[in-house]
Amino acid sequence: MTALSDRVHLRNGHARPSRYSAFALLRHGVTGESWPLAWRTHEPRHSYDVVVVGGGVHGLATAYYLARNHGITNVAVVDKSYIGSGGSGRNTAILRSNYLTPDGVRFYDRSLTLYQRLAAELNYNVMFSRRGHLTLAHNDSSLRTMRWRAEVNKACGVDSEVIGPDDIKTLVPFMDTSTQTRYPILGALYHPPGGIIRHDAVVWGYARAADAMGVHVHQDTEVTGIDVEGGRVTGVRTNRGSIATNVVVNCAAGWATLVSDLAGVRLPVQTFPLQAAVTEPVRPFLDTVVVSGTLHVYVSQTDRGELVFGASVDPFASYSTRGSLEFVEGLASHVLQLMPSLSPLRLLRQWAGLCDMTPDFAPIMGHTAVEGFLVDVGWGTYGFKAGPVAGEAMAECIATGRTPELISAFGLRRFADGTLVGEKGAAAVGH
Amino acid sequence: MILLPCPWCGSRDAGEFSYGGELTPRPDPRTATREQWRNYLYLRDNVAGWTTERWYHRMGCRRYLTVRRNTVTNEVAAP
Ligand SMILES: Cc1cc2nc3c(=O)[nH]c(=O)nc-3n(C[C@H](O)[C@H](O)[C@H](O)COP(=O)(O)OP(=O)(O)OC[C@H]3O[C@@H](n4cnc5c(N)ncnc54)[C@H](O)[C@@H]3O)c2cc1C
Ligand SMILES: [Zn+2]
Repeated sequence: MTALSDRVHLRNGHARPSRYSAFALLRHGVTGESWPLAWRTHEPRHSYDVVVVGGGVHGLATAYYLARNHGITNVAVVDKSYIGSGGSGRNTAILRSNYLTPDGVRFYDRSLTLYQRLAAELNYNVMFSRRGHLTLAHNDSSLRTMRWRAEVNKACGVDSEVIGPDDIKTLVPFMDTSTQTRYPILGALYHPPGGIIRHDAVVWGYARAADAMGVHVHQDTEVTGIDVEGGRVTGVRTNRGSIATNVVVNCAAGWATLVSDLAGVRLPVQTFPLQAAVTEPVRPFLDTVVVSGTLHVYVSQTDRGELVFGASVDPFASYSTRGSLEFVEGLASHVLQLMPSLSPLRLLRQWAGLCDMTPDFAPIMGHTAVEGFLVDVGWGTYGFKAGPVAGEAMAECIATGRTPELISAFGLRRFADGTLVGEKGAAAVGH
Repeated sequence: MILLPCPWCGSRDAGEFSYGGELTPRPDPRTATREQWRNYLYLRDNVAGWTTERWYHRMGCRRYLTVRRNTVTNEVAAP
């Protein structure tokens, strides 16, 4: 049952947070009145209908769609740190749907559709910029995979095409498209609907909207145990006390196996750090996202003018988020092969996040052998773009008890059944 | 810098090695069920703490070695 104090915020069954608007901005500016907190803090209840472990985009989106699409609001999202402290606050925010398998393409395309209207829906500026996404090919085999991807994409109604070096030069004049380089550029997969978004805003926007509908967001609340009786979940234990619940959703990404171990569910997941770096801001000159699998690097320019660089995961599994010199050295040399004129730029900072890698570069979603214990994990280096669709699908999974068609390929059983997905060609470097 | 103790070459930079992953006991291929074999292929303990793993000294003696490593701190010990 929802407490009465939370109920007064509900209007027509759908609650609305106090709206952000130009008028509100003017009023607050003139009166100096402080803004209400975007989400509230609570003492944990003794029981919830659903406890979501992990306050990243996946956990918060799951809670949001549970409340919005299914009216299930007696929900807690618990995070051992602050919300967005995991991959959701550390990623390079690239969104795209140009995957290789039809299952992947349909799934990520739905996410982009949801992202497209998210700012209006959440009344929160998530700054989605659809600026186009280029994946470079430096050899025949990648060009062949790109043609394949372009055809699968088109068949699924997703805009992608293979373009040649001249068109690449027009889109990105600073790119070295000459044939004198170590890895000459032969072509690219051009995906106009791809782009970048403001990752923190997505996390905060979902938290604010979920809170307004009665969801409790508990930060600094670590799940330390999961109670299972007779093959069913009965509750979770946290550093703030025990909570009774029949449904626990594991949205803990890099820590996914540690959480599922608590319920006795083993996962084919290994945790690898992924690093990224950002330069000092410069004038806008790059308005597409550029990815090179061969050079293990990708680049985009933020609205503030900084260049954001990323690469593939660190060479060995680890839970450490310490950056390495090898990473920035490799990164700099690879970026300069693509755009030699960037050499005077200085790097401002580098960081790392933890990625929950699966053997087939596809997520693991849905029910498990323990009744009431669901997983939404295995997001690896590519899961930010999937936040909305994963939240929507997991909410449906919980509310109806059935697995939606859109995620049926991503079940945990596929590893025992030998029906892996095979997205490596489209997800290993271009997150 | 992370140093790995190669029994042949001594302490060398981790960049010289390739990572073979955590040591997983291999079931007998003749008797293993399909499920046991797939579990061996895909499931990992993914421990946060001390774990035992295989590394390959790619840019050195080209031998395999077993290493104890703490996955949280990246401290390394001989097995
Ligand atoms: C450098 C980098 C670049 C990336 N670039 C992209 C990109 O361009 N595009 C893209 O789509 N994806 C990208 N990703 C991947 C993306 O960031 C992740 O897949 C995504 O953010 C995962 O979201 P999540 O909500 O599942 O997990 P997270 O955001 O990691 O949240 C998990 C949360 O669980 C909490 N938690 C863990 N254990 C417990 C516990 N026991 N109790 C309570 N809480 C717990 C953690 O504190 C954490 O906040 C990138 C990742 C990194 C690191
Ligand atoms: Zn050696």
